[in-house]
Formats: sequence, structure tokens, C-alpha cells
Amino acid sequence: MIEKGTDNVSVELRQQLGLLTDRSTEDFWVRIHKRAMAGWKFGLSESFFRKTLYVAGTFVLVILIAIFLSLVVASIPAIRHFGVGFLFGTTWDPVRGEFGALPFVMGTLFVSLLALAISTVFSLSISIFLGEYFRGGVISAFITSVIELLAGIPSVIYGFCGLFLLVPVVRALEIKLNVAPYGVGILTSSLVLAVMIIPYSASIGREVISLVPSDLKEAAFSLGATRFEVVRKVVLPYARSGIFAGILLSLGRALGETMAVTMVIGNSNFIPKGIFSPANTLASVIANEFTEATGRLYLSSLVELGLVLFMVTTVINIFGKVIIGRMGMEDK
Amino acid sequence: MKELAIRRRIIADKSFKTIVVLLSFASILPMFFILFFIISKGISVVDWTFLTHLPKPVGEIGGGISNAIIGTLMLIAVSIIFSVPVGVFAGVFLCEYRKGSFAYFVKLAIETLQGIPSIVIGIVAYVWVVLPMGSFSGLSGGVALALMMLPVIITATEETLKLIPDSLREASLALGVSYPRTILKVVLPAGLSGILTGILLSVARVTGETAPLLFTAFGSPFMNFNILKPINTLPLMIFNYATSPYTEWHTLAWGASFVLVVFVLGLNLFTKVVTRKWKVQF
Amino acid sequence: MESAVLKIENFSAFFGENQVLKEINLSIPQNRITAIMGPSGCGKTTLIRCVNRMHELIPDARVSGKIFLDHEDIYATDPIIVRRQIGMVFQKPNPFPMMSIYDNVIAGYNLNGVKLTKGEKEKIVEESLKRAALWDEVNESLHRRGTFLSGGQQQRLCIARALAMRPAVLLLDEPTSALDPKATSHIEELIMQLKDTVSIILVTHNMAQAARVSDFTAFVYLGELVEFGPSGRMFTAPKNKRTEEYLSGKFG
Repeated sequence: MIEKGTDNVSVELRQQLGLLTDRSTEDFWVRIHKRAMAGWKFGLSESFFRKTLYVAGTFVLVILIAIFLSLVVASIPAIRHFGVGFLFGTTWDPVRGEFGALPFVMGTLFVSLLALAISTVFSLSISIFLGEYFRGGVISAFITSVIELLAGIPSVIYGFCGLFLLVPVVRALEIKLNVAPYGVGILTSSLVLAVMIIPYSASIGREVISLVPSDLKEAAFSLGATRFEVVRKVVLPYARSGIFAGILLSLGRALGETMAVTMVIGNSNFIPKGIFSPANTLASVIANEFTEATGRLYLSSLVELGLVLFMVTTVINIFGKVIIGRMGMEDK
Repeated sequence: MKELAIRRRIIADKSFKTIVVLLSFASILPMFFILFFIISKGISVVDWTFLTHLPKPVGEIGGGISNAIIGTLMLIAVSIIFSVPVGVFAGVFLCEYRKGSFAYFVKLAIETLQGIPSIVIGIVAYVWVVLPMGSFSGLSGGVALALMMLPVIITATEETLKLIPDSLREASLALGVSYPRTILKVVLPAGLSGILTGILLSVARVTGETAPLLFTAFGSPFMNFNILKPINTLPLMIFNYATSPYTEWHTLAWGASFVLVVFVLGLNLFTKVVTRKWKVQF
Repeated sequence: MESAVLKIENFSAFFGENQVLKEINLSIPQNRITAIMGPSGCGKTTLIRCVNRMHELIPDARVSGKIFLDHEDIYATDPIIVRRQIGMVFQKPNPFPMMSIYDNVIAGYNLNGVKLTKGEKEKIVEESLKRAALWDEVNESLHRRGTFLSGGQQQRLCIARALAMRPAVLLLDEPTSALDPKATSHIEELIMQLKDTVSIILVTHNMAQAARVSDFTAFVYLGELVEFGPSGRMFTAPKNKRTEEYLSGKFG
């Protein structure tokens, strides 16, 4: 309706048109404007909203503290009864009311460390594979996707497959080696656990290895070093702390892993004697016995095992994250 | 002399690469084994009856996993209700107040929460809900799962919102829109894809969880729509049936495993699609 | 004498201890285009951000002095009300990426929860897009997201969005510095057409643009208002020596 003409003409035209035809438009706008100005009173006040945000943040903090306190308070009967000796007690006998955690501490250590040792070989290979040799492309995407899928498979499925696929194999091995053919036990659990924790250290390892500055590597290459030598002498030392952090995080994960281990560890409350012994970890004994725990002391002892597990995994995870955090800052 | 040394180094280099490649492919083998077995043993079990019928008592052939499927969905719903509002708001908090020292402690709490073993979360939910209630319930299971979902949702929300440029906020504020409305109607919608990803990924994670439900939701052979009673879920059922001595139940467990794996992997895939489709570019 | 829509009196602005604006006294004439120019960092952006109270969003920001919009002290009013009467267009076009073109224009009302009928909304959108010289180009794709628009079109969308609120004053913070020359000249034409219904303050570091487009120019240097006057005179016969030096490129 309003045309752009040469400046003078259009201004006049506009003024005329404005006066003649736009009165209803002006009224319209005045009405709308009034409504726009009035509308603001109803609605969230800023200070209330900001307080809600603070409440949400505080709530998270409160939850964590409440978790810790709940575990402590529920463990008190056991703590009071057994004291620090709980951790070193060798007997776990619900019938006699004797609860010592050592069999499970040892079981946990055996299984986790063995799983860690086995998985590190593979996860390190994957880290080097993806971080150094095949950094992009189809193969890299394929391996990465499969690793992600591995991490997404529920623990109980690992346990189920371990129970029906791996246990017969281990049993056959035990028969060959003339040991008691349980099939279940520390070795089986470690193998299943090793597969489960590979994705964690692999992804962190891959990140730190791919972040090694290329000029460092190029310097070594230009001196005639082979790929293997560059990896061994430049890449791995540089990425050392990141790889270590990844291993720590895997360890934290391994310590807390419950279902798969519970299904193939053999559920024995005695200190494991060897790699083929059935055993229990802190997590698996809780899983096995919690619903059948009768009596305050029994339940409280199980909770105390949970408290120990909580503290150990927290320390290891925080330690690992601190190392990663520090690495990130160093790179900048 | 030198030639020999060099040849040795070259051999070492090639062997190393071969070993790395072999070990890497070996690592992913278990994945294929697992998928192969689950599919081969499970797919024949799964049919319409299987999905819609209740499990039969021991000794009887047939039966299904309908109560486990319903229970799983119910628990997912409960844990979403508990974890999403708090989680998203806490994520907004961490983004808006990221410069404060309080935020540092909240982040520390979240990282600690994320590392807590799921069985310990189960103990906590037992103490918080089962003991006062006097019985196992889907509610306590939902609380446990919500605790596990929180860190993922909070972190996803925080990271997504941090990526949203200030210019978006300024555009809204300059129009006279209040701060709460700016966050709720401009910033959060802009970050929807990332937040949704966090929620979906955490759901995928807790769907497969068994440990925290062992003594909270507990499991049940019956169909149950009451959240205040024990409830069955797919992982619980798999655990109970796999570790039982009955071969009919083992068969059911393979079928249930198939359903669970399809659901979890499908959800992961769905999440990737959603993220890409809804992502807002700046 | 031009009537003033905005009166800035003894106005200073601080970032913590750092004083960024020093006792500015300025009257912005109504229905005219006032350019604020000066070298980078001289405080011109801070000045207009104080006018719509966006400056106070920064922690540690502080002001003293008064600004009157049509005799109302804007620092005594709710900032939200102030911002609905003073619109702002930013250097980099920032349409809401999740909203359609239609929703972008009407965003000021939608986001504030102002109830409008569909007819009213459509009228506002059409008028605002016409005034922003964007209607012809987008009226067939109003309900698509604005991401396919060029930089210049996006900026005009932002102008339409601001105009939809019918502000008394429109603040333009270097609106063309992120655009190519063709888009720039479109927007400059547009700005000149707009002054009939809205008073415009244009911050620019581009002297030629200020000379082309504005009726009045204020020269700000190191937080001080050095000179203010009709653009024609400012650019040909500046009264202040520093203005002259800036115009001849001795600094900035």
C-alpha cells in the first residue's frame, strides 16, 4: 500500500495516507500495546525462579550427603559390634552371627585386579588402534560403534551369557587341569568383567592418545623412528596419566559391578584360595543375601559392606577424575 | 650390521601393528557372540503369547513375560517423574551459576553420585523407602533408578545449555521477556535435543539395571499395576529365571533377554536419530 | 527545537571499578535517526545497553545519573517494561532458531504470555514484516523456520520482531557490520523509512554510514560525549578538535 518513491514525494504521501487510513491501525496498536504492558504482572517472579534453581542445586548436594549418612547410620549396629576388625574378619557365618568382610574384600580384589589386567591389554590395543592407526573412516566408526554397544548391554545379560557360554568352557578347562570343576569362580568372573570394562578405559585411552601433539610425533618420525617406536617412546609416555586415569575409572566400574559377577562367581563366603575358587565380592554377597538377611546385625553388616564399597569406589573415581581434569588443563 | 638392525625394527613395527589390530578385533568378538546367542536362542521363544501372557508356574510349559514388560515400563515412568524435573533444573542451575563456588561442590556431588555402584543405590532406596513402607514396592525401585538417572540428566542439561550462545538470551531479554520466561521458553527449548538425549540415554541405562531392584522392586510372578507393591521387570526376571534350576525357565530367560537387548539397543539407536533431527544449529 | 524522546542526564556507567561512561548529557530527538559513533571501546555500545537496561545484566555493573523516556525515569521503572518500550537489534542477527518466521515476529507477545486472537497476531506479523521490508520475500513461508534466510533477511526479521512491540525507541547496535554491502544498503534504506513511527539510535563505527543515514550524530570518545549535533554539520564542520581528528582518521 505504501510505496517507496523518491524521498520527498513518499514522505508526503505517507503522511497523507497515515492520517487518512491508519487511524484504525493506530487504535489497534494502542490497544495491543496496552495489553502488552499490562500482561507482565502475572507470571513467575525472577527471584522466586532463581531460588528454585538454587534449591535444585542444593537438593543434589543434600541427596549425596543423605546417601552417605543413610549408609553410615544403617551400618552402626555392625560397626559398634565388630569395630574395625570387621574388615579383617575371615569368617562370614550368618548362622553363628559372625560377620567378617575379608573373604569379600579379597574376592573383590582378586576379581577386579585380574579383570583389569586382562582388559587393559585389549583396551590399550583399542586405544592405540583408534587413536593412532585408524583415527577416522569406516573401520574406526565400526569399532567405535561396537565398543559403544558393548557398554550398553545390561549386566544381567553378560551374566546370563557368561553362565551358559563361558562356564562350560571353564569347567572343561578345569577338568583338563584336574581341579574341581566348578565352572564358576574367580577366573570366570574376571573374564566376564574384563569384557564389560573394556569400553571405559578404551574410550578415555583413545582420547588421550589422539590428543598427543602431532609435532612431537613428527619430530620422532623425521629421525627415522618406526610407528611402533614412536608409539612406545613418544605417544604412550605423553598419554601416560590419561591412560592411567582410564584404568582407574575402569577399576571403579569393576569394583561396583554386581549382576554379571554374581551369576558366575559361585557364591562362596570363604576366602578364595586360587583362581578357580568360587568366591563372593562385596557386591555379589549383598546381592545374594540381602533379601534373606534376618536380624539387625546381619542386615547391618551387609549395609556396612555397601558402605565400604561406596567409599572405595568414590575415592578411586574422584582420583581418576582429578587426573583427567589436570590433564585437560595441561593440554591447554 | 646396520641393515639387520633396521630390518629387525621394521619387523617389530609390523608385528606390533598386527598385534594391535588382532587384539582390537578380538575385543569386539564377545559382542558378536553375545548377540548371536541371544538372537538364536531367544528369537524362537518370542511370539505374541510370550509378550502378552504371564509366566506359568514351574513345570508348566509356556507362559510369558507380560508382567515384566509392564513392570519395566512402569518403573521407567516413575523414575522419569522423579528424576527429570529435578535433573533439568539442577542442570539449569549449574549453567546459570557456573561461576560460583557452590556450583563446584554440586558438580562434585554429581560426579560422586554417578560413580556409586548400583547395588549401593539399592541399599539406599531400601533404607529410604522399603523400611518405612514395610514392604517392597515399585516406588522404591523407581527411587533407586531415579538416583541413577539424575547425574546423566543433569550433566546433559548443563552441557547442552552451556553451548547455547548468550545472543539468544539477549534477544529474548531485549524484548522485555522476564528471566524465568527466557530460560523456560527460549533457552530450554533451544537445548531440547541435548536434554532429551540425556534423558533417553539414562533410560536406556536403567532399563537394564537389576542390582538396585533386587531388594526394592523385588520382582513378582503376578501382573501388578500398583506402584506400592512389588513389581517385576525384564532384568529381574532374567536374573531369577537364569539362575533357577528349571530349563523351561532358562528358555523364557533367553526370550526375555532378546526382548531386553532389542529394547535397549533400539533405544540407543533412537536416541541418535532424535538428537540429529532435533538439533538446533547456531 | 526538536522534541526529545530520550533525555540522558549526567549518566555514568561502571564495570566494577572501571568507569566506562562519564557524565553523559544527551537528548535524543524524536522521530529522527541519531547515530552514536566513536572508536572501538569508547562506550557507545555500553551507552545504548544502558538505555534498555541490558547493561545491568552483567554482574558488577553499576550506573549513576538518569535517563528519561518521555519524562519517565527508566531506572525507576521495572526493566521489563522499559525493554518493551525500547527495542534492540544486535550486531549479529539473532532470530530464535527453533521458531518459525511468524513466531519470531510475534515472539515479544508470545513469550510474555500476552493473549492475542489469531487475527490480531496475523495483523501484527504482516504489518511488522512490511515495515521491515521483508513481507514480500517471506509471506509464502511464514511458518518455516528462519534458518534459510540470508544474513540481511535475518537482520530484517530481527527488526520486524523489535518493531512488532511498537517501541518508542529502536536501538540498533552496529546492525550491518556482519552483513555484505548489498544487505547493508537495504537495511540503511529501511532504517531511513522507519523514523516516521519510531525514534532510532544507531551505533556504528562506520563513519560513512553515520553520514549517509543519520539526522544527528553524537561522537563518544573514551566514555565522554565529545560532540553532538546535526549530522550534516558534524561531518563537514565539526566544532571539537577531537571529533575532527577522529573523522580524519587520526585515531580509531
